[in-house]
Parts: sequence; C-alpha cells; structure tokens
Amino acid sequence: MKTQRRNFLKIAAMAVLGWGVRPASEILASGGGTASEGLLFASRHKVHVGPNALTASRWAMVIDTAKLNEKVMEDIVHTCHSIHNVPTIPGNQNIKWIWETHMDHLFLEDLHEYQPEAGAKSALALCNHCDNPPCVRVCPTKATFQREDGIVMMDFHRCIGCRYCMAGCPYGSRSFNFMDPRKHLETTNPDFPTRTKGVVEKCEFCAERLAEGKMPACVEVSEGALAFGDLGDPESEVRKLLAERFSIRRSPTLGTKPCVYYLV
Amino acid sequence: MLEKAINGSKVYWGWIAFLLLLMSIGAACYWQQLSHGLTITGMSRDVTWGFYIAQFTFLVGVAASAVMLVIPKYLHNYHKFGKILILGEFNAVAMVILCLLFIVADLGSPQRLMNVLIHPTPNSVLFWDMVVLNGYLLINILVGWVTLESERKQIAPPKWIKFFIYLSIPWAVSIHTVTAFLYCGLPGRGYWLTAVLAARFLASAFAAGPAFLILVTYIAKIFTGFDPGKGVLATLGKTVVYAMCVNLFLLLCEVFTVFYSQIPSHMAHLQYLFVGYHGHGVLVPWMWSAMIMAVVGILILIVPKNREQDNLLIIGCLLIFIGAWIDKGLGMIGGGFVPNPLHEITEYVPSQLELGVSLGIYATGFLVLTILYKVAIGVKQEIE
Repeated sequence: MKTQRRNFLKIAAMAVLGWGVRPASEILASGGGTASEGLLFASRHKVHVGPNALTASRWAMVIDTAKLNEKVMEDIVHTCHSIHNVPTIPGNQNIKWIWETHMDHLFLEDLHEYQPEAGAKSALALCNHCDNPPCVRVCPTKATFQREDGIVMMDFHRCIGCRYCMAGCPYGSRSFNFMDPRKHLETTNPDFPTRTKGVVEKCEFCAERLAEGKMPACVEVSEGALAFGDLGDPESEVRKLLAERFSIRRSPTLGTKPCVYYLV
Repeated sequence: MLEKAINGSKVYWGWIAFLLLLMSIGAACYWQQLSHGLTITGMSRDVTWGFYIAQFTFLVGVAASAVMLVIPKYLHNYHKFGKILILGEFNAVAMVILCLLFIVADLGSPQRLMNVLIHPTPNSVLFWDMVVLNGYLLINILVGWVTLESERKQIAPPKWIKFFIYLSIPWAVSIHTVTAFLYCGLPGRGYWLTAVLAARFLASAFAAGPAFLILVTYIAKIFTGFDPGKGVLATLGKTVVYAMCVNLFLLLCEVFTVFYSQIPSHMAHLQYLFVGYHGHGVLVPWMWSAMIMAVVGILILIVPKNREQDNLLIIGCLLIFIGAWIDKGLGMIGGGFVPNPLHEITEYVPSQLELGVSLGIYATGFLVLTILYKVAIGVKQEIE
C-alpha cells in the first residue's frame, strides 16, 4: 500500500513537471513556424553580437515632431510591422509596435485647450525603453528584461502570457497575441521570428539590426524625422539634438525615465 | 476519513453529478480557449485582465476569512468558534484552489506555467503571490486535516500544529496584501495607485468571507442537520458587518482623496464606474447596485437583534457578499483599465465562453468544498 502510494505520487509529480517544461504541443501553441524560428528557441537573454554590431552605453531615440507627416508615419509603421512580422488584426485585440496617435493622447498633461492644433497633430508612439522600466520590474519570469545598453527586450519563448507587463506599462506600448498571429500575416519576413498566440510582444529598438551594424528600420525610412544614438556619447546626434532643441518625454512624473524624446 | 465522501445520499450524489456537468461545460469552453487563445474572451489590448483575474482577486478574500475564526478561537480563547473552525479552514482550501485555477485559466501560455519556478523573479509581486497562495493552501490542508483527525480520534491535536495555526494568521493577511500589491504599485493606473488598496482588500475580505461561511453553514445545516451551536453565526455576522463598515469607510477615504485633489487621471476611473465617462458606463448600474446592497446589508446586520434571526442574517450576508463580489469581481479590475493611460476608452464585458470557463472553475471549487465539508461534518456527527 505504502509503496504503491509513493509510486503514484512519483509518477504524478513527474507528469506535472513534464507537462510544465515540455515544448509547446500542437494544441497549446499553434504549430507551424518559420525557418528562423529554431534560432529563437535559444534564450534571447544571450544576444549574439557580430563584428560590425552597433553598440552604445545607452540607446535613445529622438523624434522631431515637426518633420513627421502622414506619409512618413505610414512608411515607418508599415516598414516596422512588415519586417517584424507584426500582423494586421482588426478590432481591439490588435498588435502595435509603433503607431500613430494624437499628441494630446501622448502628452496628456503637457498640452492645453488653447493649442487645438498641437493636440490634434499626430505623432508616433512606441516602447520608450525606459531607464526604470515597470514592465521589467513586474515580469515573473524575466521574459521581459533590460540589456545593459538600455534596450528592453522580450523573450517570446519564456513569456507565460500573464500580461502583468501590460498592466505595468503606463504607455500602452505592449501587445498580447490573443490569437494566432500567423493567420493574419500576408507575407512573412523569414529573417525575423513570427510569434505564437499567448505571448506579449513590443518594439525592441531593432536589436537584431543593431547586431548587424544597421540602424533601426524606422529611423532609416523616417526621412530625418527620427534620430537614434548613444546618450552616453556627448558627440552623438541624439545628444546634439537634445542640447539644441526643446524636448519632452511621455509622463516623466511617473519616474520611468523614458528614452524616447520628442522635439516640439 | 476520505471514505466519508463516498457515502452519501441521493441529494449529495445529484449535487456532485451537477457539479461534474458544469465542470465538463467549463472544460469544453477551456478547450476552445486552448485552441483559439484568449481571443475568445472579451479582453483587449487596453483591458488586459478581465473576469478571471477579478474572480481570483475576490476569492483570495473569501479564502482569507478563515483567520476571522482562528483569531477569536486561538488568540482570544473564544471556543464557540471551535465547531465551525474546520469549515473555515476547508473553505480556505477550496477558495485558494479556485484562485490558482483562475490564474492558470488567465495565462496565455499555460504550458509554460513552470517558468515561474524555473526562473524565480523576486522583483515581481506575482512571484510572491504564487508563494503566499500555495503556502496558505498547504497550511490550511495541514491544519484542517490534522485537527480533524485528532478530533475523530478524540485526542488533543499534536502540539506542533499550534505553530502552523499561529502562522496561518499573518499568512492569511499576507495573501490579500500581496494580491493588492499586484495592483497598487503600477504607475499610470490611477484607480489602483493607492496605499489604502491592501487595507480595502482586507476589509472587504473579512466581510465577504465570513458572510460566505455563514451562508454555506446554513446550507450544510439544511442538508446534514449540522448544528454550529447557539449564537455562533450571529457572532460571526458581527464580524461581517463591522468589516463592511470599514470597507465602505475606506472607499469614502478614496473618494475624498481623489475628488478633493482633482487629479484627472485618478478621478477618471471612479467617474467611469459610478457616473459614466464620455458616454461609456457599462458598469454604472452594477456599481450602484453594489453600493445599495452594501448599505442595506449593513443596516440589517448592524442591529444585534437582526443577527439573531436566521432569515435576516441570511439576507444581510447575501447582500454584503454580492455587493463585495460586484465591487471586486467586476469593478476593481475592469474599472482600473478604463480609461487607459493614453486616455482612450475601451470597455470590457466578459464573453460567453469566458463565463463558461469561469463556471467550470467555480464548479471545481465547489466540488472540492463539498467533499471537504462532507468529510468534516461526517466526522463531527460521528463523534457526537
């Protein structure tokens, strides 16, 4: 009797553990996947850095709102979403890495009613890669983590989909895959992984392009509206812009220290 | 002792069969969720936690209520509670199991659940919530089972169990405090960003939990003839009404702070919940019903004579329990997300499949509760 019970408990424990750590099955995660997906099964916590990689002590982005127009913003959003396999999903269970929104939504406390034009103007919203990121603080598995150069990254394979980071982010910068995103992709970029349902994702400052010595895709197509560089380098373009022009950040009073600056 | 759970009347087996039916409906709905993802819920990019997490938040409170029996019994030697103490502890077991099931149901990738243990992250409150919830579950299983077993043998409980009984007191407080901390440390969510949230959670827990205990004890009395003893439930009713008064007081503190300070991001959520915001207000009738139920419940139970009358005690407890459920199980979590930090309004209403899954989970919890109560009351009646 005793040994039987012990054996039963042993088997039950193994079964529970096995269920917990086995790779995603066909039911629990949608199958399929792309050629490069295999690479991403390795933890993203160890980022491969090539010989030409761009490095910085603190990456930051500067957005010149005066240079943004409908066409530039559309190009930016389209480029980012297509190279990162971000699906277009109708409704409010959608995915957004970078998107267009009104200035008065971006800067709730900075605009006032006597500047109607400024409020109605559009600008781009994206992950702020905060110096003090609440999403990293709340993540229970370190699926959201911050690199030494400030980039806040997602490990899609570690995320359990609890969405605590989305409650924690005060900028609405994160999206959750409520459904299988692959069904909503018309074309797939084989150089970047597609995601499965049940994980959170967001902008990663094109960490994969920086590793190859390329600037973020949004910066490349921005026609000079977006600048990207090292805050730790006084000679960098971003530092020069911030010294010359007046800039604001989103909800600075929350203490998250966002690293996306808007020139106004 | 478990054999007591397999000797029952037709009513007992009918109830078990009914619960199993509800569980299979829930399982079918959950199968849909597994294959299609959380898209089957009413949640969205803006409202990322919904009915599941709200139920978990509410039920943590019902679980913590056991402490309202343990404290009088063990710290104040109020032995009248001895007879229903086991019901409180077994209730805690069932409720914590419900909480854990709701958390798992809410996960987008439940197959990776163990990542929380494989990559323990002490800076996340969710990690600590897992620790305190599982700890409370184990403590209550241990204390409940050991004391019941010694009661059956009619011997004094072993001395070492005292340690766990005393441990269960701060632990009960911890489960709801840590659950409140899940919410109240988040920047940009004005409705939750308040130090009084943990206190409010505890107050509503100590109202809703004992109210639930009173109600199930009456149900047990009807079906098994179990007699908790004279005046025991009336005394517990006193806890319910005092705790609900504190809960309402804390809510008023919140309303004062928010509206006297006039900070828009903090006012918006209460406006959304109670008067509607920019034409949106699905929760307005619910929230006012909750308030009315709470106030009427208090008015009934605050009168000592009313607590002595079974019918009035039951009605009062029902009103307070449902009021607290609406406040926490609907308003607290949904209302915290609307409007979102970008001041956009996306409302949330749970979907049918989401409610189906929840129904199945509730049925599972009640199955555990029924079996544990069957055993506990069976033992009590055997020794009498």
